[in-house]
Amino acid sequence: MTEKKLLMGNEAIALGAIEAGVQVVTGYPGTPSTEALETILRYADRCGIYTEWSSNEKVALETAVGAAYSGAKVLVTMKQVGLNVASDPLMSLTYIGVKGALVLLVADDPGPHSSQTEQDTRAFGHFANIPVLDPANPQEAYELTKLAFELSHEFEIPVILRTTTRVSHSCRDVELAIAEPAAVEASCEGFTKDRRWTIFPRLTAERHPWLENVQVQLSERFSGLPYNSVSGSGKIGIIASGVSALYVKEVVKGFEGLFTLFRVGTVYPFPEKAALSFLKGIEKLIVVEELDPYLEEQALQLTGRAHLPVDIYGKKNGFFPVSGEYNVDIVIDGVNKVLADLGETSRLSHASPAILRGELPPLPVRAPTLCAGCMHRTVFYAFKQAAKQLKKDSQIETIFSGDIGCYTLGNAFPLNMVDTCLCMGAGMSIAGGLFRTNPEVKQVAFIGDSTFFHSGIPAVVNAVYNGADVTLAVLDNRTTAMTGHQPHPGIGVTALGSPSKAIDIAGVVRSCGVEFVRIVETGNLENSLENCIEAAKEAMEFKGPSAIVFKGKCVGITKSGTRLTIDPEICTGCGFCVKQLGCPAIFLPAGEDKPLIQDSCSGCGLCAQICPSGAIRESGVKK
Amino acid sequence: MKGEKAKSDGAKSDGAKSDGAKSDGAKLQGMKYDILIAGVGGQGVVLASRMLALAAMKAGFRVSTAETIGMSQREGSVSSHIRIGDEIQGSLIPTGQADLLIGLEPAETVRNLPFLKKAGKTIVNSHSIPPASKPPGSPEYDPAALLAFLEAHVPGILCLDFTQLAEDAGTYRAANVAMLGAAVGIGMLPFSREIILAVLETEIPEKHRAVNRAAFEGAINKIKLSSGHPDREQKVNLNV
Ligand code: SF4
Ligand code: SF4
Repeated sequence: MTEKKLLMGNEAIALGAIEAGVQVVTGYPGTPSTEALETILRYADRCGIYTEWSSNEKVALETAVGAAYSGAKVLVTMKQVGLNVASDPLMSLTYIGVKGALVLLVADDPGPHSSQTEQDTRAFGHFANIPVLDPANPQEAYELTKLAFELSHEFEIPVILRTTTRVSHSCRDVELAIAEPAAVEASCEGFTKDRRWTIFPRLTAERHPWLENVQVQLSERFSGLPYNSVSGSGKIGIIASGVSALYVKEVVKGFEGLFTLFRVGTVYPFPEKAALSFLKGIEKLIVVEELDPYLEEQALQLTGRAHLPVDIYGKKNGFFPVSGEYNVDIVIDGVNKVLADLGETSRLSHASPAILRGELPPLPVRAPTLCAGCMHRTVFYAFKQAAKQLKKDSQIETIFSGDIGCYTLGNAFPLNMVDTCLCMGAGMSIAGGLFRTNPEVKQVAFIGDSTFFHSGIPAVVNAVYNGADVTLAVLDNRTTAMTGHQPHPGIGVTALGSPSKAIDIAGVVRSCGVEFVRIVETGNLENSLENCIEAAKEAMEFKGPSAIVFKGKCVGITKSGTRLTIDPEICTGCGFCVKQLGCPAIFLPAGEDKPLIQDSCSGCGLCAQICPSGAIRESGVKK
Repeated sequence: MKGEKAKSDGAKSDGAKSDGAKSDGAKLQGMKYDILIAGVGGQGVVLASRMLALAAMKAGFRVSTAETIGMSQREGSVSSHIRIGDEIQGSLIPTGQADLLIGLEPAETVRNLPFLKKAGKTIVNSHSIPPASKPPGSPEYDPAALLAFLEAHVPGILCLDFTQLAEDAGTYRAANVAMLGAAVGIGMLPFSREIILAVLETEIPEKHRAVNRAAFEGAINKIKLSSGHPDREQKVNLNV
């Protein structure tokens, strides 16, 4: 019996995977991929699926590979930058192949909305020789997930299910084949020793022709699939994949006689046969795709090889934007540019809005910032003060290296405490490099607890081994906050909520050979700021690698305390609290000279500790 | 795009007036209704859009929503696109196509105005949330001026302090649900209040349900009293 449910793309993928019989699921949280594994967690017990948050994407993939070698069906989830971390095992895995089935969900983030890169996983599939499926909406995401498992099992290769933010995070009424997920097959055949599991130059040489041959077979197979479909009857062809194909459909509505649309759902290996039959009779081809000109390159190559007299309009000749997220309006503009170039008389028109963007009055900027009461603010502020002292006492400057997580927001005005940020785990190692080249400057690196386990530990080992004089501040807020509060190895709880051994960060740092290791609680203490400043100073003055583990709790997972209030009688209106901290709960109403604290205050007490006139105190109002 | 194909008014009367009636697939053919909800992280934009989407499904429509989750949640602008209709399209509403704009905050309402089509409807919460810090170069936030701008440029705007209304019902957090009540109360949604109430039962956790129901009903009553006109006294009530 089928059933319609309102599902987010990621949820649809999870249900598709369960229906396909997935037995092991691993991943590392990363927007916009996270909810896929979280949805599996909801069914893990009932359906008998082993599910874990691994310490990073490489570990997640390798764990999944072990299960797949044993014949299990496995899913690994990550975002596009996570695939970089997992790329080392992945590149070898394609040669070896799998038993069972192995599907990688990789979520791309055009825009980008919450990522360090706009990289395109379709290109990665091409690079690594892994088939890539590219759904356009949650319904297709659900169906293509099932197809990915089938293909992986049949061809004994890993398969990438690639989504983008507008697929992962959009919700739609999805038609499911099975109303409620049922228990999956509990057993798999188990691992059988065989030389095929041990990569060696000789094996690689043997497997490479097989791997290339699989690409040819897959391209053939893909050409016959309904996910690569042609619609319309016009002489101008349009090729698109993913959510861009939906934008095109919306744009050409009413112009079906002018355009023929080729929607590609299986992007790599390119379904050449289907593409060639679409291209028959087409003289002009428009390519609409976010991120890389991947389809455009395929089309250029194919038309060249087949000697087809087709002009191609896309990113390469400037008709479409080369970066950023697309939408209907951008696609209309691009298509109109092409129509103008072709001397066509018809044009697509934009809807007429009530008000044009240019007519809007000036609007306040709402930059993302650390939450009200976030422990990171206290730590950043403490280091800022410690660095000021260091400068005053000994003319030593400080450089602050950051990392990926909530605490990247420490770069926001007015804290401005992140001078470098590259990728997960890089803060400490970059600080090490800066130390070599700026020996007169003090280096401080910030890292979150989850990131510490993800890829921070090797950087600590390196700093100690090579004697880099860096102070490491671990911002341990007891969760993976940026992606929605997933547990990690430091918490003592698994993804499913069962108790496990908590790995002690300070202990790990010590065992790496760091001699100065301090633990500071940032909690609700009256003098927590003072403690933090004191510890920061000591650590920065220590010669050689030093570390402080700041322990607090993310306000997202704790009950907030009593709200604070500003006594207008005592407040002098110096504005110190507003200008120094950037706490979103404190603001200065337009035209007023004394700030107010609003109800988002979680009562951390930081502002009360810095107010020079003691005007901030408890209000007695519980939040 | 081709704006003339938007038959939102027809859609509205189709749904809003068929209170409680079983929806009839045939008459929904070609129907399209785009709603944009805008606010600030923490105001419940995503929950409100989920409730609208579920209500649309219950009423027999196809539906899609799009929202951005991540950075923007932390005090940033948040918006959610809800597309109701019988055609599968991209989940983002193109510029100038929204039939209804529900603004949980004045500045965020203005920010999203370009999505509203000509003659589209707007409901705005006059309760403003000033941005946390004022980064250099960020314009002053003057909610009164923004509300005046809205009134001048969007005819028939419905403006109320929904946060206060929700607070009166039990919690300022239910402003989002109160606004859904207002929207359905004046017939701006393509389905009945009963349908949304039914969704409220399943989507709001038991312990918050009564308060949310009160905010929802409160908004409907308040709208009736002020007969759909902006409540002048309620304007610009800062968050203090
Ligand atoms: S106590 Fe002060 S710094 Fe802490 S959350 Fe409240 S207003 Fe912000
Ligand atoms: S720091 Fe204290 S005195 Fe200065 S504006 Fe803030 S509350 Fe008033």
